[in-house]
Amino acid sequence: MTTSQALPQALAEIVNDFKELEEADRLTLLLEFSRGLPPLPERLSNHPELLEQVVECQSPLFLTVESEKTDDGDVIRLFFQAPPEAPTTRGFAAVLYEGLDGLTAEEILAVPDDMPEQLGLTRAISPLRMRGMSAMLGRVKRKIANGVRPSA
Amino acid sequence: MPVAVETNEKFAAYAHPERLVSTEWLAEAIANGATNDGNLVVVESDEDVLLYETGHIPGSVKIDWHTDLNDDVTRDYIDGAAFALLAQAKGISRDTTVVVYGDKSNWWAAYALWVFTLFGHEDVRLLDGGRDKWIAEGRELTTDATAITPSAGYPVVERNDAPIRAYKEDVLAHLGKPLIDVRSTEEYTGERTHMPAYPQEGTLRGGHIPTAASIPWARAAAEDGSYKSRAELEALYLDEAGLVPGDDVVAYCRIGERSSHTWFALKYLLGFETVRNYDGSWTEWGNAVRVPIAVGAERGELPSAN
Repeated sequence: MTTSQALPQALAEIVNDFKELEEADRLTLLLEFSRGLPPLPERLSNHPELLEQVVECQSPLFLTVESEKTDDGDVIRLFFQAPPEAPTTRGFAAVLYEGLDGLTAEEILAVPDDMPEQLGLTRAISPLRMRGMSAMLGRVKRKIANGVRPSA
Repeated sequence: MPVAVETNEKFAAYAHPERLVSTEWLAEAIANGATNDGNLVVVESDEDVLLYETGHIPGSVKIDWHTDLNDDVTRDYIDGAAFALLAQAKGISRDTTVVVYGDKSNWWAAYALWVFTLFGHEDVRLLDGGRDKWIAEGRELTTDATAITPSAGYPVVERNDAPIRAYKEDVLAHLGKPLIDVRSTEEYTGERTHMPAYPQEGTLRGGHIPTAASIPWARAAAEDGSYKSRAELEALYLDEAGLVPGDDVVAYCRIGERSSHTWFALKYLLGFETVRNYDGSWTEWGNAVRVPIAVGAERGELPSAN
């Protein structure tokens, strides 16, 4: 298990933003993140079979990852879908999206598995709910490790 | 001062109509200012810890089943002192009428109501249909923070578990009397140990408590999330599960939340006097050493006592 190494810059900034807040305000920040989760592009929203469900999450969460060629080489693009009635799940998906989207596979695979706990939310949302959050990161990493489909 | 009980045709058929209020009733009570003076407190309790913040019934307060009602060290509910602090902070006195509502056909709301009942809070009611029905009817939601005036105080009441809560030992002693398993069919047969699409909670064995009848909790709820009529509930629990009026019943699920919804139906809608919720449920039973388990769709036999 990868633990407690340096985080990619965008993710490190998000983790710091959470850490600087009081526990109750961390929940408010997570709610703000949940509002910022972008909708799926049409090519994916019309093809739910291209997404897979993270069953460890309490509410339905679907995700997929794609690789995209850029001038700086191949990067990973992340796509998440969770219903509005699952703001906690959406919030954490948005944290991963904002912190990891557009990084290389190597950078994402190097993210420590205990990163979700670094947000300092475990007590505010309960350890059981936190488990779903950790599973989400685990699934992203596992999908990347297993080889990523190029974007259509 | 208790708030007057709602009367309507649907509720009148239930054994304890005073335990439910309709969305119409609540909207009118709020419009009439019933929530302004601490006589009526509306509590939202959801699966998702942030759902309340995305929009809630005006003037309602949030109580989270996990972070507010569970002790954060011992696997148990909070004690009387913690409950008194919680109630006071939410503006609740011992004689306040509490109306609980929530998502998913009130599954978590029923759980919160059951915990209030462990502390003997006298007047606690469920909003029939819960959050979903309120929203479907286009009723008002707000993201404005509720300005809570803490109540003058709430007594420290020792939890009285015995009448409505069963421990594992109680269930072992109960074997031979009716049990209702409210989990999904796949959990009942042992095909899986957690709800479809829900977190695996580390249960080692799949199956059910021998002789338990399988009546998934959601079958007690209508399309709109409200409880089914008395006649429909009787068809379910008397005709199908085989309960007989007067039975001593234990309901269980995975951690005791879904079975609170069934507990409410049996206790207050059908009027069974003795109904206990086994909150240890399958996460305890499926891991316990040397308890009997039945696998498959049949209810199974009790092991011979020797």
